[in-house]
Amino acid sequence: MRQLISFSLKRFKNARIIEAVDGVDALKKLSGPDKIDLILTDINMPVMDGLKLVSLVRQNAQLKNIPIIIITTEGAEEDRERGLALGANAYISKPIQSSHLIKTISELLAV
Amino acid sequence: MSEESRAEKFLELFNKGKEFTEELLKENQRLRYRLASMETEGASREEVDRLRAEVQQLTDENRRIAKRFREVEEENKDFANRYIEIEEQNNNLANLYVASYQLHSTLDFREVIQIVQEIVINLIGAEAFAILLLDEKTNELKTIACEGEDAMPGVENISARLGDGILGEVAKTGESYYINQDVEGGQITLERPLAAVPLKIKEHVIGLIVIYKLLQQKDSFSAVDYELFSLLAAHAATAIFSSKLYSQSERKLNTIQSFLDLLTTN
Repeated sequence: MRQLISFSLKRFKNARIIEAVDGVDALKKLSGPDKIDLILTDINMPVMDGLKLVSLVRQNAQLKNIPIIIITTEGAEEDRERGLALGANAYISKPIQSSHLIKTISELLAV
Repeated sequence: MSEESRAEKFLELFNKGKEFTEELLKENQRLRYRLASMETEGASREEVDRLRAEVQQLTDENRRIAKRFREVEEENKDFANRYIEIEEQNNNLANLYVASYQLHSTLDFREVIQIVQEIVINLIGAEAFAILLLDEKTNELKTIACEGEDAMPGVENISARLGDGILGEVAKTGESYYINQDVEGGQITLERPLAAVPLKIKEHVIGLIVIYKLLQQKDSFSAVDYELFSLLAAHAATAIFSSKLYSQSERKLNTIQSFLDLLTTN
């Protein structure tokens, strides 16, 4: 999935991808020196899942305005509603369509 | 007639003449006004005629523009459809590119298998599936990796003999097997999957990808899925075969190296 996302992000010049292995690692990297413009997260992750990550990001004063896209195999309507209710800006169900991903990122970053 | 009565008569006549003249003047004024009105009415009619002609011209032009608008709208619809098609093709190519790029990005057997699994989940959208490899000594297909044990119990322990059942037949003939559930229906079982795709190096089958269930948001296979299956059939087989050969040669190299080390130290 990372390869597909990396490939899709090639469309955005100068985009740099910082990878994290789980929610805890993501939070650590979000608190680091790099300015993050967008978060792409799965729901099913070890240690801390994507929904918890979304919830914690939205509660953090420094991070709460970063757009978040959830990309997941969980395609049920209640999962989507839950993700969006927690504060995700977009919810993409797998299988991934790179054009859909690019469009969503473009809209959220207004590029 | 006395001078006095003649003067009265003249005054009477004069007054009558005066009244008559005044009446004539009034009538003249009325007629002039009427003429002026008629002249004005006449001018309006011309204006109306001119405006009518202009309205007709504008109506024709409007009709022409509306026709052209419809034509352009049709062209626009064609362009929009074409755009969607191209976008879809672009998307499909991106997926195919990523799949093939990933498959050949490593020589580690476990990693290759994991990549095949990722492609099947993320790009095809399968929830339950298995990757089977053919043991050439026993002619038996066995699960080496799988996903969705809850949705398809037993998927982790599939075993099928070459030529037996749907799976064995696919491995023997090298022909992919698909079910269109909408049309064919029926129960999906371990022996009767949604799809079985042979992993082939040229005509030599080394294993199968067997799909039992798609993600709930995916109703059926799409056109690009079949292309992905074709790509997987060839590229996954090569990647799996290469990684197996590589790990074997690595093992041999290590053995030889150890043997050499042993010789040189003695």
